[in-house]
Amino acid sequence: MNDLSAILTPEYIAVILLPALIAGVAVSLCSSLLGVSLVLKRCSMIGDGLSHVGYGTLCVAVAMGWAPMQVAVPVVIAAAYILLRLSENSRLGGDTAIALFSTSALAIGILASSKANLTTDVSHYMFGSILAMTRGDVIFSVILSICVVLVYLLFYDKIFAVTFDENFARATGMNVRFYNLLIAVLTAVTVVLGMMMMGALLISSLMIFPAVTAMRLCKRFRGVVIAAVIVSVTCFLCGLFLSLLLDTAVGASVVIMDLAAYLIAVIIGKLKKASQNR
Amino acid sequence: MAYITCDKITLRYEALTVLENLSFTVSQGDYLCIVGENGSGKSTLMKCLLGLKPVDGGKLTYGDGLKRNEIGYLPQQSQIQRSFPASVREVVLSGCLNGKGLHPFYTKAEKERAAEQMRCLNITELADRSYRELSGGQQQRVLLARALCATKKLLLLDEPLTGLDPLVATELYSILQHIHDAHGITVIMVTHDVECAVRHAQSILHVGKKESFFGSCAAYEKTPLGKRFLGDAVEPEHCENCVHEHAEVQHE
Repeated sequence: MNDLSAILTPEYIAVILLPALIAGVAVSLCSSLLGVSLVLKRCSMIGDGLSHVGYGTLCVAVAMGWAPMQVAVPVVIAAAYILLRLSENSRLGGDTAIALFSTSALAIGILASSKANLTTDVSHYMFGSILAMTRGDVIFSVILSICVVLVYLLFYDKIFAVTFDENFARATGMNVRFYNLLIAVLTAVTVVLGMMMMGALLISSLMIFPAVTAMRLCKRFRGVVIAAVIVSVTCFLCGLFLSLLLDTAVGASVVIMDLAAYLIAVIIGKLKKASQNR
Repeated sequence: MAYITCDKITLRYEALTVLENLSFTVSQGDYLCIVGENGSGKSTLMKCLLGLKPVDGGKLTYGDGLKRNEIGYLPQQSQIQRSFPASVREVVLSGCLNGKGLHPFYTKAEKERAAEQMRCLNITELADRSYRELSGGQQQRVLLARALCATKKLLLLDEPLTGLDPLVATELYSILQHIHDAHGITVIMVTHDVECAVRHAQSILHVGKKESFFGSCAAYEKTPLGKRFLGDAVEPEHCENCVHEHAEVQHE
């Protein structure tokens, strides 16, 4: 176990920990908001698929010497649009189309990075390295997170409607395709931001865990959304603390906290049910 | 001009042609039941009327000032996720969204409209309950309230009685009758229950591959097709769903 008082010098807190904390909270917030819709729409795999595409893009960007995040955001947004259309129209079925598309993108990224011998640099994006984010990355993440949250709040009622009953929304004349696209774009942005801290392998858990935990605890959509945000941010903070204390990877520590929160929620749910039946 | 005009439409379900050369109209104030055997294309027709699927031939037009976002729809229960966390109020309010365009948040008038529909369907006390914890009949009322928030003109219902016990089904018929008579809303309902359809609707559209019928209920009962489907069960006591219990409806 680390001696925290030795690590947490004022300089370390100001330069590394605080920016990581701010970016992490912002991204946890976004991912939990979108996670609720993804889980309820039964398309949790889109988050995973997009993280593969994002990783591939980051590899190519690093190999070419481009700014990784700034390249990845537009590419992953485009991928989100394509994945959505594929899962709507494809004969293969949505999940197969997502798997084909995302693993191909991943393969291209790995090819590019192995050609350029970049294995160490890009492994950051595989497992996440929130403490290694540059000042520019942090500012970029926070601005985009604020945009995601604002757009989500403005369209909250419509996002609820297309999540609850897409056919009704379409039949009564709502532009369902637009709102699905909006959800996909917000997801894409969140995935790229989340890759910085969680890594491509773990980002989809950051979206899904808080949502399923909240669904165990709450019965109303608004309640679920609020609970998911609280769970997500709390688990992130606990995970970050745990990683400092035990010197473990931040992303994995956050996921373990999410898992713990989920298990606690399951137990609370069971106890509630038991007391009701008595 | 009618709300909906279908001129010689053809419908396919995947590669299979289910309906051909079908023509009918629905005008303001109609109460039309669409009946037919399983697999006769009733639900496919419903999807076309709702614009969820294009027609595969012929022409389907909206008229008489009816716009795409002025239609209310009650889907089959099975299409809704049963485990979805949502309160009754959230579900009913979402019916108000179709007239809003990009405008965010519900206005006071929309909240009032939702509250009024909940009062009308007697579900005000359920407003803060979770939709997934309600009984089948209560869920159906919630979805009906949502549909009524979405329209003042035309209500489409897809097999609304499936899975409901007879008493609840009777109640729903009475509510529909009230919505049609008192609120002047045009009703189109897909159902497999021919006897109740004849009893409550003004006109019948019987769809089938070999023979179709479109006309008034009285005319339908006289056709060989109608006689065959109604069998001997035209007598009221044979139809458990149709005991008129209008007393249960709350008239304003």
